[in-house]
Amino acid sequence: MKTETRTSLGVGASAPRPDGALKVAGAFAYASDLWLDGMLWGATLRSPHPSAWIRSIDVGPALALPGVFAVLTHEDVPGAKFYGLEHADQPVLAVDQVRYQGEPVAIVAADHPETARRAAAAVVVEYEVRAAVTDARRAALDPACPLVHPGGNVVRHQPVRAGSAGSGAEVVVTGEYEVGMQDQAFLGPEAGLAVPADDGGVDLYVATQWLHVDRDQIAPCLALPEDKVRLTLAGVGGAFGAREDLSMQIHASMLALRTGRPVKIVYGREESFFGHVHRHPAWMRYEHGATADGRLVYVKAEIVLDGGAYCSSSPAVVGNAASLGVGPYEVENVWIDAYAAYTNNPPCGAMRGFGAVQACYAYESQMDRLAAACGLSPVEIRVRNAVSQGSRLATGQVIDSPAPLAAMLGELAAMPLPGPPAYAPSGSRRQGGSGARARGMIGTREEPDPRRLPGGVGRTTRGEGVRRGVGYGVGIKNICFSEGFDDYSTARVRVELLGGEPHALVHTAAAEVGQGLVAVQAQIARTELGVDRVTVAPADTSVGSAGSSSASRQSYVTGGAVKAACEAVRRRLEALAAADPGLSLGELLDRYGPVEETREYRHRPTVPLDPVTGQGDSHTQLALCVHRAVVDVDVELGLVKVVELAAVQDVGRILNPLALEGQIHGGSAQGLGLALLEEIQMRDGRVLNPSFTDYLIPTILDMPPMRLSILENPDPNAPYGLRGAGEPPTLSSTPAVAAAVRAATGLALPRVPIRPEDIALAHTG
Amino acid sequence: MSEETTRYLVTLVVNGVVREAAVPARRLLSDFLRHDLGLTGTHVGCEHGVCGACTVLLDGEPVRSCLTFAVTVDGHEVTTVEGLAGDNELSPVQRAFTECHGLQCGFCTPGFLCAVTAFLRDNPAPTEEEALEAVSGNLCRCTGYQNIIKAVHRAAEIQAETQGRPEDRGGRA
Repeated sequence: MKTETRTSLGVGASAPRPDGALKVAGAFAYASDLWLDGMLWGATLRSPHPSAWIRSIDVGPALALPGVFAVLTHEDVPGAKFYGLEHADQPVLAVDQVRYQGEPVAIVAADHPETARRAAAAVVVEYEVRAAVTDARRAALDPACPLVHPGGNVVRHQPVRAGSAGSGAEVVVTGEYEVGMQDQAFLGPEAGLAVPADDGGVDLYVATQWLHVDRDQIAPCLALPEDKVRLTLAGVGGAFGAREDLSMQIHASMLALRTGRPVKIVYGREESFFGHVHRHPAWMRYEHGATADGRLVYVKAEIVLDGGAYCSSSPAVVGNAASLGVGPYEVENVWIDAYAAYTNNPPCGAMRGFGAVQACYAYESQMDRLAAACGLSPVEIRVRNAVSQGSRLATGQVIDSPAPLAAMLGELAAMPLPGPPAYAPSGSRRQGGSGARARGMIGTREEPDPRRLPGGVGRTTRGEGVRRGVGYGVGIKNICFSEGFDDYSTARVRVELLGGEPHALVHTAAAEVGQGLVAVQAQIARTELGVDRVTVAPADTSVGSAGSSSASRQSYVTGGAVKAACEAVRRRLEALAAADPGLSLGELLDRYGPVEETREYRHRPTVPLDPVTGQGDSHTQLALCVHRAVVDVDVELGLVKVVELAAVQDVGRILNPLALEGQIHGGSAQGLGLALLEEIQMRDGRVLNPSFTDYLIPTILDMPPMRLSILENPDPNAPYGLRGAGEPPTLSSTPAVAAAVRAATGLALPRVPIRPEDIALAHTG
Repeated sequence: MSEETTRYLVTLVVNGVVREAAVPARRLLSDFLRHDLGLTGTHVGCEHGVCGACTVLLDGEPVRSCLTFAVTVDGHEVTTVEGLAGDNELSPVQRAFTECHGLQCGFCTPGFLCAVTAFLRDNPAPTEEEALEAVSGNLCRCTGYQNIIKAVHRAAEIQAETQGRPEDRGGRA
């Protein structure tokens, strides 16, 4: 068989996304675009209170409205009344009490979305409001704190103990740090369409990150066997962790089964803020001890994550914060306590970076403090303590693949810095155009281009009060699921003749959420099979689980499964070819018919962290990214303009250069957002800013040009040597930007996002 | 149907085709396009004019369809993302966004495409600052905008290369 011809769009090529043409033509069907004749629209009544008993629910006024087909409460849940990713503690619909503002209480199906919303508002609920638990530190550490759940407020406490606790350090720096509640803010709100089936089951078309774990949670609540709950991935408008938990899946299915009609639910933006988990806010206290020349002696840390009202994936988030809590640095003595606590704040769970983001902001802030205390540069302090292959993490796990952090930092620091600031140097304002002044100006204008200054076209400054700062950040992220999870993916690959040409069909349940996995799957099939024409079938539950599109894991695990299935197909084709030498692939397929194989792929096993010592090989792969940020800060007004972000990331092996760069750009932007803009603001358990007017995500004017260097030091354990890439840049850009603002202002700035008043009020004293 | 009953006949030329529907006075143009005409390529990301995903061209100019009542544009021409392509090929802006990987999830993309189409028609060779400002009213959560700005410049190049081929100009109903 002649398969030696290399395809042009295989692994390593910037193969275009197979969904790209549809997406630019407006022809790609997102979950919110689904439509069936005769379908009904669902709406959700949510609790206005963060904590209350429910004394009564009267659905009568809602049912009486014309056009309303069903109004359901917890009494109508056919099966299990609770669900959850790790613990089934979240009610499908509130049972006798609500634990956060926005908790679903009742659901409605009607013939028009507006009718459904009005009907939901017509449901009469009598609440007896309770005091809300909103302080996660108190919830976790104060035994007198009221309980959010009867089993206690600590979702998980994970200690890490290595070496002996703090002694022999010549320099000690301490700090308390906070990270605000970040939202994933995908642009396509939660949506799906549930269709009742003739067999009594339901077909659900939904935007999600993990079809099979959705089904695992939906089926028991509907009291249906798994094979009667069939899920197909609808077009996903971004995810970033927010679609790992269920949103409307069970609700739409209940309404469809009750009414016998298809039911569509689409959240609006405000509802979306209440309809998914957020990034855990964190309070962290760190103490670093070092020798006078800046070598770490010990790290002590206390990390408290606000898990909100329900468990979601908080235990795994704690595992990451604990196991990666000192960052990619060599230190023998470690004493970490990481907690997640139940509160009456919104439930928090997965978001890109998953527990590693919060710790990274704190340990990097500490490294800068240590650098200052030791009289070293931010780069030098990191280089002196950098891990490398063979280093031992605080958990005892040895890094057994390349981890060239010192070299990455060296490369980053050697990158050219952007040109001088766009504002006039002090003292030369209002004079003729000097060479320095001419830079950054439009044509012959006297004034600097305001678009290059903090405050932008608001023209809040001509450059007076603007200071430049440079900062560095380093992050380490586990790739794939950790701590003993049976993490695998399934791929079915079929090669056949279509129109006389060999064609490969790749079928997995892996969710394409925007990251470009569909392109990567097709590239792998081309490379492994030597077939140019590849189709990636829609993801659904008629094939085995692919696991979640999270933890930067799909290229690794589903990529590995597609590769394995292709190899199995290829072995069969080679056997046929050996029996029938001289035939081309097309001739073989013509003679013997289609060849199909299904394979599961697992990464090497991990173990849970020891609950007392935090020791154990809990991660299968670790990935590094380093950022340098350059900022201009108007220190009088507290406005920040990020001038440039530079990054160096080791990805093991580049599968698709353009798609990879897009992941690093996007992850860096989200990290920048956390540093400067993005926070769900809470007061007494209530969300103050559930809209894009008040929750700010970076625009193109907030996001500077990026300079990237991508390294390929392969991981011998991973398919093609690849290393997961989506999350690491989200870690390191936040501390880099924060450090740059500190360098510009001289302020401590122990909390992100950094608000204008944090700078301006401190500056004015 | 149980929604409010007073309806007004709205006639629009959408992507070159006369379309009409009787709708309530408060029907948004975004809902009119998506629900009444079945043109779901126009996306709704925030419902209050911030994200720009719902941007369409009204008589050639970009507008937020989520902030526009359908009855107020009766008799006008609307171009949606579905109308940007020529008969058999994508418009220069559409081609540039696919070539430059200017999209990931793609939900924001229709709004960017409409905004950029109008911008490059008026300013076929923009500077860096002009290009940035042109798309500063559209949010993207996936790309970090780097490849979007490349796509704007690439679209200008493609447009220049194909000048004189009116079928490639795109964007005008």
